[in-house]
Amino acid sequence: MDLFPSASRIHLDRKVFTVSQLTSQIKEILEGTFVGIWVEGEISNLRQPSSGHMYFTLKDEVTQISAVMFRSLNRDLRFSPKDGLAVIVYGRVSVYERRGEYQITVEYMEPKGIGALQLAYEQLKERLAQEGLFDPAHKKPIPLLPQRVGVITSATGAAVRDILHVIHRRFANLEVILYPVQVQGETAAGEIAKAIEEMNQWGKIEVLIVGRGGGSIEDLWAFNEEKVARAIFASRIPIISAVGHETDYTIADFVADARAPTPSAAAEIVVTSKDQLRQRMDELIGRMLSSMQLRLQRFATSLSHLKGRLQAVTPQGMLKLQRQRLVSLADRLERGSFAILQMKRESLQRAVGKLGALSPLAVLERGFALCMKLPSLQILRDAQEVAIGDDVLVRLCQGKILCQVKEREI
Amino acid sequence: MEEIPFEEALKQLEAIVAKLETGSLLLEEALQAFEEGVRLARICSKRLEEGEKKISILLRSENGKLVETPFEEVPEKEGEA
Repeated sequence: MDLFPSASRIHLDRKVFTVSQLTSQIKEILEGTFVGIWVEGEISNLRQPSSGHMYFTLKDEVTQISAVMFRSLNRDLRFSPKDGLAVIVYGRVSVYERRGEYQITVEYMEPKGIGALQLAYEQLKERLAQEGLFDPAHKKPIPLLPQRVGVITSATGAAVRDILHVIHRRFANLEVILYPVQVQGETAAGEIAKAIEEMNQWGKIEVLIVGRGGGSIEDLWAFNEEKVARAIFASRIPIISAVGHETDYTIADFVADARAPTPSAAAEIVVTSKDQLRQRMDELIGRMLSSMQLRLQRFATSLSHLKGRLQAVTPQGMLKLQRQRLVSLADRLERGSFAILQMKRESLQRAVGKLGALSPLAVLERGFALCMKLPSLQILRDAQEVAIGDDVLVRLCQGKILCQVKEREI
Repeated sequence: MEEIPFEEALKQLEAIVAKLETGSLLLEEALQAFEEGVRLARICSKRLEEGEKKISILLRSENGKLVETPFEEVPEKEGEA
């Protein structure tokens, strides 16, 4: 029994590779076969040392493969690759002989499921938002009545025509200074950023409109670039962004001090405010006049009121008052004294009546007589007061008689 | 005083109107405020009407400096927005 048949064959026609030879053959096969391939996977373990090359692992649920994207290629990426991001890459397999390792050398990469530009937009937006570039606190007020307006856009595009159209139509007495730039293409973002800086140095410009007419996301891309965002943020002049149509939101719109949905609308912001200001002025003047009128009326009313009160305290007024008081007192006095008089009269009559009852004459009427001694006219009450033969005067009710005492009885 | 910025003049005018409307001012103060309000309103109205329409374009001269030149509208070119 040959226990190791294959082993003996191996021994018979064996060809021995050096490691280098094998690796070199593997390299040849892999690099010859896997050229210009598309691979999808999830990025993990991404690192980018100072060389600028990007190293990462591309993996799925089961396995993984190393990947590299060199700096010269990755710097054109519009989004930032991140761990966990699902991507589709284009490239080739390459073998690193020294370590016997293979990897994908990535020439192009796009996020899976979402456009690269869209992702780049989201990423930049998030980053700048975190940095505070969209913070309302940094937004400068748009001047109400600018006289010099700067416009940064293409000299031949729709935006400048729309803006000028609005200004002509409204007979706005405005000075418009156009800084012409490319609004799309490679150089656009740099030109726009520079224009913003130079307009700030140019001076005397009170508000800047930066924008362009509508287009695809690629056409509008310059307004999503970081350098434009930073230039807008750094501008001392308030900036109105006016990019594309109403539905287009660019990074520039978020950083700008105000966003106009279209270039025409930006011009309207600058110009219409004038009509509104006229209205506001009219309203303010009207309010000022009517409140003043009201106030004067109120003063007039309170003045006449006070006049009335004042009249009551003039000397004439007081005199009149005192006179009234006097009359009423005199009246009371009169009425009071009459009453007293009446009372006295009645009591006098009562007294007279009483007096009559006590009068001696009344006694004489009842038949009594008064006997008086002569010549003293002393009323006699005792017989001993006279002697026989004395003359006495007797007073009767009617008349008197002279009598002589004839007898006495004691 | 003529150099007061429009916004400032408008703000002051608004404050004066508001003050007049509260009715808490003495007559003399009110008259003074009113007079000031009229002055501010005049400044604002004047500023609203002044200025001239002028459209210019900045062009770079040979020495690299920007030069302000009257702007003539150019018909729209193909493919540019």
